[in-house]
Amino acid sequence: MGENGSVFLPEASSSFASEVDALFNFVLAVSTVFFIAVVGTMIYFVIRYRRRSHSFVPAPGKDSRLLELVSIVFPTILVLILFTWGFQVFITLSTAPPDSYEIRVRGKQWFWEFEYPNGVVTVNEMYVPLNKPVRLKMSAEDVLHSFFVPEFRVKHDVIPNRYTTVWFEATKAGEYRIYCTEYCGTQHSAMLGMVHAVPEAEFNTWLQNQDQDIPLLDLGERIFSQYACNACHAIDGTRKIGPQLNGLAGITRTLDDGSTVVADDSYIRESILDPNAKVVDGFAPGLMPAALGASLTPRQLDGLLEYIKSLE
Amino acid sequence: MSADASTSVNYLNHDRSIKSWLLTLDHKRIGILYLVVISLVFLGAGILALFIRLEQIAPGQDIMGPDAYNQIFTIHGVLMVFAFIIPAIPAILGNFVLPMQLGAKDVAFPRLNLLSFYLYVGGALIVLSALLVGRIDGGWTFYAPYSIRVGDSILFVTMGVFVMGFSSILTGVNFIVTIHKMRAPGLTWNRLPLFVWSLYSTAIVQVLATPVIGITVLLLFLERLLGIGIFDPALGGDPVLFQHFFWFYSHPAVYVMILPAFGIISELIGTFSRHRIFGYRFVALSSIAIAFLGALVWGHHLFVAGQSALASTVFSLLTFLIGIPTGVKVVNWVVTMHQGSIQLRTPMLYALMFLILFSIGGFTGIMLGVLPIDIHLHDTYFIVAHFHYVMVGGNVIAALGGLHYWWPKITGKIFNETLGRIAAGLIFVGFNLTFFPQFITGSRGMPRRYYDYPVEFESLNQLSTYGSWVLAAGMFLIAGYLLHSLFKGKKASANPWGSLTLEWTHTNRLPIPHNFERTPIVTRGAYDFHLAKDLFKDEPSGNGVDSHQVPDLEQEGRPEA
Amino acid sequence: MAEASTVTADRPKHLHPHFVSSEQQFDAAKMGMWLFLVTEILLFSGLFVAYTVFRIWYPEVFSHSAELLDWRLGGLNTIVLLASSLTVAMGVHYAQTNERKKLVRALILTICFAAVFMIVKYFEYTGKFAHGVFPGVNFDPHGTAGGHDYAAYNIPFAAQFFSIYFVMTGVHGLHVLIGIGLFSWIVIRANKGHFSSEYYTPVEITGLYWHLVDIIWIFLFPLLYLI
Ligand code: HEA
Ligand code: HEA
Ligand code: HEC
Ligand code: CUA
Ligand SMILES: [Cu+2]
Repeated sequence: MGENGSVFLPEASSSFASEVDALFNFVLAVSTVFFIAVVGTMIYFVIRYRRRSHSFVPAPGKDSRLLELVSIVFPTILVLILFTWGFQVFITLSTAPPDSYEIRVRGKQWFWEFEYPNGVVTVNEMYVPLNKPVRLKMSAEDVLHSFFVPEFRVKHDVIPNRYTTVWFEATKAGEYRIYCTEYCGTQHSAMLGMVHAVPEAEFNTWLQNQDQDIPLLDLGERIFSQYACNACHAIDGTRKIGPQLNGLAGITRTLDDGSTVVADDSYIRESILDPNAKVVDGFAPGLMPAALGASLTPRQLDGLLEYIKSLE
Repeated sequence: MSADASTSVNYLNHDRSIKSWLLTLDHKRIGILYLVVISLVFLGAGILALFIRLEQIAPGQDIMGPDAYNQIFTIHGVLMVFAFIIPAIPAILGNFVLPMQLGAKDVAFPRLNLLSFYLYVGGALIVLSALLVGRIDGGWTFYAPYSIRVGDSILFVTMGVFVMGFSSILTGVNFIVTIHKMRAPGLTWNRLPLFVWSLYSTAIVQVLATPVIGITVLLLFLERLLGIGIFDPALGGDPVLFQHFFWFYSHPAVYVMILPAFGIISELIGTFSRHRIFGYRFVALSSIAIAFLGALVWGHHLFVAGQSALASTVFSLLTFLIGIPTGVKVVNWVVTMHQGSIQLRTPMLYALMFLILFSIGGFTGIMLGVLPIDIHLHDTYFIVAHFHYVMVGGNVIAALGGLHYWWPKITGKIFNETLGRIAAGLIFVGFNLTFFPQFITGSRGMPRRYYDYPVEFESLNQLSTYGSWVLAAGMFLIAGYLLHSLFKGKKASANPWGSLTLEWTHTNRLPIPHNFERTPIVTRGAYDFHLAKDLFKDEPSGNGVDSHQVPDLEQEGRPEA
Repeated sequence: MAEASTVTADRPKHLHPHFVSSEQQFDAAKMGMWLFLVTEILLFSGLFVAYTVFRIWYPEVFSHSAELLDWRLGGLNTIVLLASSLTVAMGVHYAQTNERKKLVRALILTICFAAVFMIVKYFEYTGKFAHGVFPGVNFDPHGTAGGHDYAAYNIPFAAQFFSIYFVMTGVHGLHVLIGIGLFSWIVIRANKGHFSSEYYTPVEITGLYWHLVDIIWIFLFPLLYLI
């Protein structure tokens, strides 16, 4: 059935929704055929063999091995097809592409909290870029909840002290309701949210604008851990893959070509955006991913700067 | 003797004191005690369902607030599952019929039987007393950790369920032993009525699975009382472990609900088609197959709960396999009608309704077994529709069929056939009107246990609410004419439907206290109508009531001896 | 009434009216008990599963915590229970051979063993409670005793071990108490001469029950105390 849903199914708005629907419609069709066969035969027999004489005792029916065999083998084949097909789609549903955009989801009585990689936190409103796989990393704060977006055909329980995930790739712009489908108390039915699936550019603007309300320094600190800068840079004076960053602001750096440079704002800025432009002496060029800087919004970059300068 | 059967001693009139009822050891009277209490539970829980539907007639608040609603569906679920549907067929009809179908004087342990009854009543009262302590909230599945946060009422609910579980276990033990040890001479396993087979497989499930829910609710009880940290994530426990424990019992429990229903359907189709049950052995053994397979599929309730993908895959496969023995039954029932002599009396109408409604319930169950589909449908109204189709459309419909079928034996009276058919019609229409729309709301995304819902689901919900009124009208009509028949009904004959099982052929219109004057000797299978042609020799045609008067046993001897 | 026809003169007193023969009654009782024991095993198996799951998740915590249980007391109780199973078996034998005095003596011995078991358990429990080893949230081990520094057991998930320990041994202890009650009742009946080689069903099936209680302990002891 069409992408716009059917009697039984809402609009299909994620990359795999139509795969699920095909499966659904197949089972529905097969079931309907079986059902009509069973009930039709039944009705036919009831009419055809209705009791005509009160003393008539029909001859006993003969058991038929063949029929038993058919009624075992045929459904078995059918369910095996169903199983295999279902399994394949299930694999798609449960393995997020590695490059998925990750959003943290927290379920609380009775609202949803979404945290973006850049530290933006929203409540009950989730924006996702169109045609990009998005992976939700979910956990609950109090009791069980369950994250459900019918149009995406995704659902998973959200559990305290544990991470669970779902992923989807929105294929149609629009607003889709998020339901909580695990009973969680008085306002369970009011624990609703909204996914806004928007084109990527629009998504990025939205995300940037969201940063406005967080203090720069906090934003920087968050980005620093979310972009995993701390994986390579210590801030306590030890040496990791990259140079320590505490006390960097204002000192004089020796570069690998022997020259020196004062670590002012523009140096730090350049080091983030174009790491290989000036490589610190004793460190290999090309290690620090340039892509990191490229995905930062200007405000995030400012935040990082503030943060790095604040480290002593 | 049939003429003066009403004046002779029978199990109802041999002692009329209250005490003789409350302390009775007679399986038939215990069956009636269950009938009274379980009907009251059904009435109560059914009326709660009507309140659920009334609240759902439109979005927003209609007749109650969210806390009231949440409690009502929880109590509806708990009562319907633990206090109604699990005991309904085995405890009422099983108790009444089983020993007679075996040609025995009673179950193996009559005192244990009475104890089961009082444990059942006690357990139900303990559950309800929770209302005095606080809310009963969280759904019938009482998932941790929500259930342990609600309040001390959970202590009573778990305790009550524990006690009712013991009642269920003891009934199961009693039935298994009875079937093994109390069969009349000549009643081989191949001649057993299929109702007996189904009670046998049910009892196996009861005995094997119920202890697990016992220990589960005990642990939940202790979790609330002492904080033992097994299920509560805040203390380092695992809430998903609770779900595994819970469903390890509660999935097999759905076969405790449906297997006895299968048995009734076999009796009804056999009798009213006057035909041997096609593939008797397959039908009998598929019950056992279902009982065992049923123990291996509990994980299909946890597809989105956080169990491993591998586990989900295995559970999905096993879930499909359950459909196969069930399908064998359905096919055999239909084929039994082939070249039979089918009479559409009220009980048979229920059997046909069962085939239709249960098939829908079963097929949607298969849909739910498909992993990606269940991910979409889990905890939506589609589930609500699925389980009402199997539980109401399967179990309740079969139980009603059985109640109508054995009513003349229980009460000695025949009910009004016309009203019977009208009520059956109302129930069929009302039921579909109530629950079919829920498949659609569910698969379009409306979650269950929802006090409020988005406005786009309004019209279907309204339809469902109207349906519930039609359904209730049918139920009340049944209650009305059955009660009426007690006082004003025509006297039934000893074997009004022309059945071949011992409770019809070898007892009086109303059985005597120990069922049989002499232990019957069985020489043919339960559905060998062609070997009992003399039973149907000279029947008065006409309205069909009293049409199959059994030849008097004393005067004409046993037809099959 | 019609029933009179089935009550023949040689119907023994113990034979309930709904049974055809003593053998039928005995077989039924025995089968019933076996089934009941199956349910008991399943009841405990739920607890064993909980134990296994947590043990797999936190193996070190569990084996560390188990050191706090005194295997000598557990071992003593194992011997006591084994002995009681022996006396029960002897009791059944004496019932079959019509030796009433010996039957009563064997059963009283059984009750004594069971009582010893409970007394030992009492001391084990109170010894734990004294140092704050409670099931559940009250778990707060402190102090030293028997060469153990209890505070060292205050680690995450040790509470779970002790919760499971208390629940399992508690449920088992409850079964021992019920056993004591049942045997007391049987001693009284045996004294009155209710049992004979013709009819000793209650002795036999209570014996079966007791063996089960024993067997469950045989599993509990190594799981909780030793590994
Ligand atoms: C056997 C089980 C059973 C039965 C029979 C029913 C019967 C009905 N159920 Fe129920 N239901 C459940 C088991 C059952 N239910 C369970 C387990 C849940 C889940 C709870 C949870 O989420 O935790 C549920 C939930 C549930 C919901 C979902 C609530 C939610 O998720 O928010 C709804 C909504 O429509 C509903 C409706 C009904 C209706 C209209 C009936 C009608 O069929 C009722 C009709 C009956 C009557 C009106 C009573 C008439 C009786 C007499 C007159 C007595 C006479 C006696 C004789 C004839 C013998 N039920
Ligand atoms: C009487 C009770 C009963 C019965 C008999 C069944 C029968 C079945 N159920 Fe159902 N089920 C419930 C009661 C019952 N169920 C309840 C109460 C819940 C919800 C609990 C809750 O969460 O509150 C539930 C939930 C439930 C789920 C979990 C859904 C979810 O929460 O996400 C699943 C998933 O697999 C499922 C599957 C099945 C299957 C496969 C069968 C099968 O046994 C059905 C087999 C029958 C047929 C298939 C029809 C006849 C067959 C043929 C005519 C032959 C042809 C067949 C094929 C081609 C396959 N059920
Ligand atoms: C895979 C490792 C890696 C990651 C991740 C990484 N860096 Fe670097 N970074 C390096 C290395 C190696 C150098 C030194 C070589 C160079 O200057 O290019 C460096 C240099 C720098 C410098 C210059 C330091 C100085 O002492 O002059 C700054 C500033 C910096 N990184 C900031 C960041 C920020 C901000 C992030 C996160 C958004 C980040 N880095 C992520 C490896 C990494
Ligand atoms: Cu959160 Cu329901
Ligand atoms: Cu199930």
